[in-house]
Amino acid sequence: MTSTTTFEKHRESAQTRSSVALTINGQRHELTLDNRTTLLDALREHLNLTGSKKGCDHGQCGACTVFIDGQRVNACLTLAVMHQDDEITTIEGVGGVEHLDPMQQAFIDHDAFQCGYCTPGQICSAKATLEEIRAGIPSHVTKELTGPIELSDEEIRERMSGNLCRCGAYANILEAIRQVAKERA
Amino acid sequence: MDFNQSADENLFDRARIIGKPHKRIDGALKVTGTAPYAYERNDVVENHLVGYPLGASIAKGRITRMDAAAARNAEGVAAVITALDIDELPRADSNVAKLFGGDLVEHYHQAIAVVVAETLEQARAATSLIEVEYEETPGEFDLDDAWKRLQDRDVINEVGDVDAAFERAEVSIDEIYHTASQSHAMMEPHASIADWCDGKHLTLWTSNQMIAWSKKALATTLELDEADIRLESPFVGGGFGGKLWLRADAVLAALGSRETGRPVKVALPRPFIFNNATHRSGTVQRLRIAANKDGRITAFDHSAISHTLPGGSGEDAVNQTRCFYAGENRRVAHHAIDMNLPEAADMRAPGEASGLAVLEIAMDEMAEKLGLDPVEFRILNDTQVNPEEPHKRYSDRHFVECLQKGSEAFGWRERNKVPGSRREGQWLIGQGVAGAYRGAITMDSGARVRLSQGKLVVETDMTDIGTGSYTIIAQTVAETMGVTMDEVEVRLGNSAYPVSSGSGGQFGAASSTAGVYAACLALQEEIGKRLSIESPRFENGRVVSGDQDLGLFEIEGEELVGEDTLHFGDFQDEIELGTFGAHFVEVAVNAYTGETRLRRMLSVCDAGRILNPITARSQVLGGMVMSIGAALSESLSIDTARGFFANHDLAGYEIAVHADIPEQEVIFLDTLDGASTPLKAKGVGELGICGGAAAVANAMYNATGIRLRDYPLTLDRMLDRLPAI
Ligand code: FES
Ligand code: FES
Repeated sequence: MTSTTTFEKHRESAQTRSSVALTINGQRHELTLDNRTTLLDALREHLNLTGSKKGCDHGQCGACTVFIDGQRVNACLTLAVMHQDDEITTIEGVGGVEHLDPMQQAFIDHDAFQCGYCTPGQICSAKATLEEIRAGIPSHVTKELTGPIELSDEEIRERMSGNLCRCGAYANILEAIRQVAKERA
Repeated sequence: MDFNQSADENLFDRARIIGKPHKRIDGALKVTGTAPYAYERNDVVENHLVGYPLGASIAKGRITRMDAAAARNAEGVAAVITALDIDELPRADSNVAKLFGGDLVEHYHQAIAVVVAETLEQARAATSLIEVEYEETPGEFDLDDAWKRLQDRDVINEVGDVDAAFERAEVSIDEIYHTASQSHAMMEPHASIADWCDGKHLTLWTSNQMIAWSKKALATTLELDEADIRLESPFVGGGFGGKLWLRADAVLAALGSRETGRPVKVALPRPFIFNNATHRSGTVQRLRIAANKDGRITAFDHSAISHTLPGGSGEDAVNQTRCFYAGENRRVAHHAIDMNLPEAADMRAPGEASGLAVLEIAMDEMAEKLGLDPVEFRILNDTQVNPEEPHKRYSDRHFVECLQKGSEAFGWRERNKVPGSRREGQWLIGQGVAGAYRGAITMDSGARVRLSQGKLVVETDMTDIGTGSYTIIAQTVAETMGVTMDEVEVRLGNSAYPVSSGSGGQFGAASSTAGVYAACLALQEEIGKRLSIESPRFENGRVVSGDQDLGLFEIEGEELVGEDTLHFGDFQDEIELGTFGAHFVEVAVNAYTGETRLRRMLSVCDAGRILNPITARSQVLGGMVMSIGAALSESLSIDTARGFFANHDLAGYEIAVHADIPEQEVIFLDTLDGASTPLKAKGVGELGICGGAAAVANAMYNATGIRLRDYPLTLDRMLDRLPAI
């Protein structure tokens, strides 16, 4: 009985909206949001940053991949209000039509997409994949846990496997990532 | 323009642009996330509300009560429309199950309410406040049960004397196979924004493969005049047949907009799509093949069942068996069984994808029984005519070359011929081959080309669902009008534009480019009239005739427009138009666990002129990937007690991911099919998924000696039979 009453009271007084300040693609935004708003919906619905896609809203497809403080995250799996003062980079911050990022250019060069819906997420993950390998962060297929990680096809494929592409552009995505890795080396 | 006979030598045989690799012209929009998909049309819609659907939680029965009072009072809610609030909406011919309205429940997750609110969070939360009571009726959900009841099958089609041929047969097989129900699982969910604020004029920004069909279906469903409907679908985040039809997102958005007087957007939540929208039906198939000792096939007997809601057509898995290989006696029967699962409909290569997944295993089994190389066995049974109607010749068929070229490139000759005998560490290695066939359908297609302010603008309601339509249409205009790609602007997916073939059945690329070509010729005629010159040539951006030589974009006066539709003539009914291919696969099967990993896959395709080798290759790669998924993991698991697909999200329904896909190679034969279109092109978007799954199955047999006949080919089916270690 008591616990129910406390819960009810708590619910009544609970605030359902919160303010949050985020830095997105270098620009600071102050938002007042329904607490239930995911970071993905904050971007797409409140800031008109529709480059990040919603394929599943359940962390199962990777179409919503963005960077939070430099790390890739599924934006549908985290609430916007949890990110006070965080630095977020979306595909819009990666590059625009007039100033493509090398990874975006490589995707065009290798036809690494068809319908394009998974593509912004793939590109964010592709950039993160190269960074993670460079930083020596091991994956499920890394054989040697100490020392530098070999930039093998297997490593890239493993690290990209959270990003589904139903159009099946995987072979071309691999080529695009390899091109960027080569340019950097 | 009428296409009444095979194309002779024409400008495409001297092409500068068609048939050459061109990067996608919409590429920059897609890699930057700025291509506008349906749910994101903030550029054209303001002040919209958000709708969230509720689906039925039973498979069959009636709704006896719905209480939406709490939902209506919830914060931010503008309207709740329940199925009991309105009469059942009329069904368009293309919809089997109703899309909304009335108390009848025909399948699990059929839409029974939509909540419209200021935000998604509010709409979604309020949906859970709706109380529903049902009166459930028993349904049928088990295809194997249906198969057992079907021993007296009606013969759909028989040529020759099949029973006699089997009695005489020197070698034969007779096996039962299963393919699984599959989901399109395109990455962009079905989504629409509707503006029907005045209850009369409806504008729909949607994600759909077929603009004209959908407009018609909307008119029927919402009882509107087609003239009052406008539809836009310039970018589609994948379709694979799942977006051929009008679906609940569009209808719920429209109803919500009419009710609230504001635009409303609805995306089907991912876990809702699998049961609410359409899928490919699973099949049970029995296949018998008879042959002489020399390897010549004397008879096929192929029967199959699939499920459908009453009135639908299921998945016809026997069709390709009528025409792919030679053999005098042939019988096929397909039964679409009325069941109460969600609506089965077309998915990429409907019929052939499931049929060839089985036929091509059976061909491998026959080859083995005959002691023949599976490549040689297929070559031996090639046909240049439709074996059911031998007067119908294939217009251009190079299946044998596909097999030969593929063997060569793959190193088929060096393969291990004794199943289960090649081992590398803990892996058993095997190689397999399968044939591919898919019809080359053509559909009338229209377009309009405008000479306007320094460019050529082409408009057609054709869609680009990832297929590369934007690019190949620009190539067609640039080639025909003698301009550069930069001088062409392509506008697609809008009901204000001429009706095209749309995207489906791998007819889109060949048909729509033919329509665009016709429109270009119409524009050329207008230009000739304006300049009063006879049969001008269009080259290097100039119009040339006799001693006249003028820059195309220097023509003065009002904008010139050419519009036409390419009509495909009846002569195509008297020939067989098809596309052909051969898949070669190498797998490694873990000797301890039965886990299968693909090592490499090669597909060789014969599909007429390849309009753009870059985009066509991607189409084939994608089809191959989907066939690998179909082979190894894709299966909608049916809860046969309650009648729904239990694994209804992208974690439970397993499509192939990066780590599943090894080295892939595609080879296009350099062929031309003048009987198909003026560009001598055929579709290629579905060929890749035809037969690929069987190539995997055959490679697994070669690796392990275990013949699997039920998809997906998961390790549990092999564990007790793996060779001793
Ligand atoms: S939308 Fe976030 S993982 Fe699918
Ligand atoms: S490009 Fe369509 S899903 Fe990846």
